[in-house]
Amino acid sequence: MRLTAFEREVLDGSHGDALAGVLREQVSVGEFFGADRLVEISNAHFMGDREVFGQAGLDYLTRLVDAGLTARVPTTRNAQSVDLEHAQLFAQSADLIEGEQRTRVLLRDLGVSAVNTCIGYQTVYQPRFGEHVAWGDTGTVAYANSVLGARTNYESGAAGLAAALTGRTPEYGYHLDTHRRANVRVRVSAALTDVAEWGALGTIVGERCRGYWNVPAIELAQARGPVSDQLKHFGASLASFGSMAMYHVVGITPEAPTFEAANRGREVLDEFEVTDADIEAALAREFPGGGEVDLVVFTAPQLSFFEAKQLADGLRGRKVADSVRLIATTNSMTFEALSEHGHLAAITDAGGVVLRGTCWYVMDPAAQRDTFGWRNLVTNSAKLVNIIRAHGYRPALRTTAECVEAAVTGRVSSR
Amino acid sequence: MTSTTFAVRQATGPTVEAEAVVSPVPFSARYDLDRTTGVISRGDHPLLGTSVRDRILIARGVQGGVAAGWAFLSMRDLGVGPCGLVFGATNPVMVQGAVTAGLPIVAGVDDAFFDAVSTGDVVRIDPARREVAVVS
Repeated sequence: MRLTAFEREVLDGSHGDALAGVLREQVSVGEFFGADRLVEISNAHFMGDREVFGQAGLDYLTRLVDAGLTARVPTTRNAQSVDLEHAQLFAQSADLIEGEQRTRVLLRDLGVSAVNTCIGYQTVYQPRFGEHVAWGDTGTVAYANSVLGARTNYESGAAGLAAALTGRTPEYGYHLDTHRRANVRVRVSAALTDVAEWGALGTIVGERCRGYWNVPAIELAQARGPVSDQLKHFGASLASFGSMAMYHVVGITPEAPTFEAANRGREVLDEFEVTDADIEAALAREFPGGGEVDLVVFTAPQLSFFEAKQLADGLRGRKVADSVRLIATTNSMTFEALSEHGHLAAITDAGGVVLRGTCWYVMDPAAQRDTFGWRNLVTNSAKLVNIIRAHGYRPALRTTAECVEAAVTGRVSSR
Repeated sequence: MTSTTFAVRQATGPTVEAEAVVSPVPFSARYDLDRTTGVISRGDHPLLGTSVRDRILIARGVQGGVAAGWAFLSMRDLGVGPCGLVFGATNPVMVQGAVTAGLPIVAGVDDAFFDAVSTGDVVRIDPARREVAVVS
């Protein structure tokens, strides 16, 4: 790789062994992917908490703090595994709680803003078109690349933090024009009204065209121009099922005024149509005949203000069934706004729980299953459906309205 | 002892030789593994109950998110993680996670490799030579 004088100094140890080690990791990754150079970034976002990094991660952060390293660009933290206010309610382990408390101190010392959100692009910082950033959390990456036209690869926990500490990242993949071109063409005749249906579209495209380097272009025949939350769920699902980091929606997203503009001569690997029947089949994969439900979860990604308002409107004046736990997650900024507008009370008065700063699937859901005997779960998040099977749950994907009805009746509807 | 060698397009890390665990489905550290034991825990995974501890994990593809970035470091610390990774195609998270944990990782392997290798075979990864070999 071609390195600047500053970068060579860092590698030589002139700025300390710790920073040299961090940059060395970045150069190794860059060389793996054939990067010519490192590119300076304006913003970093990373995932790091006790549930995902264990004691090894705490030790890693401690070494960086002890070396006096701090973030060189504004840096935020992704949703994490503990809502300290509700930790007892969910029987979260003392180890997780203590780990989160220790982590927050370490992150403060590293100059990281522990906003604990996976929807920072809806609440904290929106990079401009063409801006190079280094973001962790796959859903945030899909949104940044696709909807905002910013440029980032998946940056895992340690890699996102490394980018924050050096202020740069290897220039490969979605930092470069050539990799942003569409190579999958999907004509969608389905109507797609609810976020769950957009998530189902992500499931179908992600499963069929899996691969980090594949970029689908979606052509909508009848669906209205999607709103931010719908694109959020689509990208999160696409990333979860397909490991994809970018998509285009023709006529909607900034690099796709036409399919040809999005494609720019790249070989098309696959081309297919998604109909209403395909979306219906995706929604009906589990519990096609309906059934009893233990959990109704709105998360993955955290809810925006308007998603939470929709939930509040659906629950206002009603009661969640005694046999059901209803969980919604969001970040602190949205939580406070919901409280000010009475929407938080509408959800909690109905018996729901609103968690902040976390996303439920990182809260050790396997332990919760064992503790509370939960198994059957309904959600409007296709991403959660994909993840939660590994933790021993049987998940069903349903529309937001169907999820609310499942919470109130204790039964998920048939499809 | 015979060995069959295959070229790889992308590689980093030290040379390692160990028993293989070959996943017939795309690999995800978060979705597939109990990261405290190194045992594959996803209910519908074809290798449910198999340990990746001190083995070379092999899959044609990967899926899922950023958790792998910390998972390999955490599993190495607990002594339950794989000792090498071989993928047909990979995403940055696997590479970043492997580099942070000091694990060798290679990708862009010939398709024939996946037809030739089975769980239980001894495999050698040699990133410096950009090679992976089925040793026995």
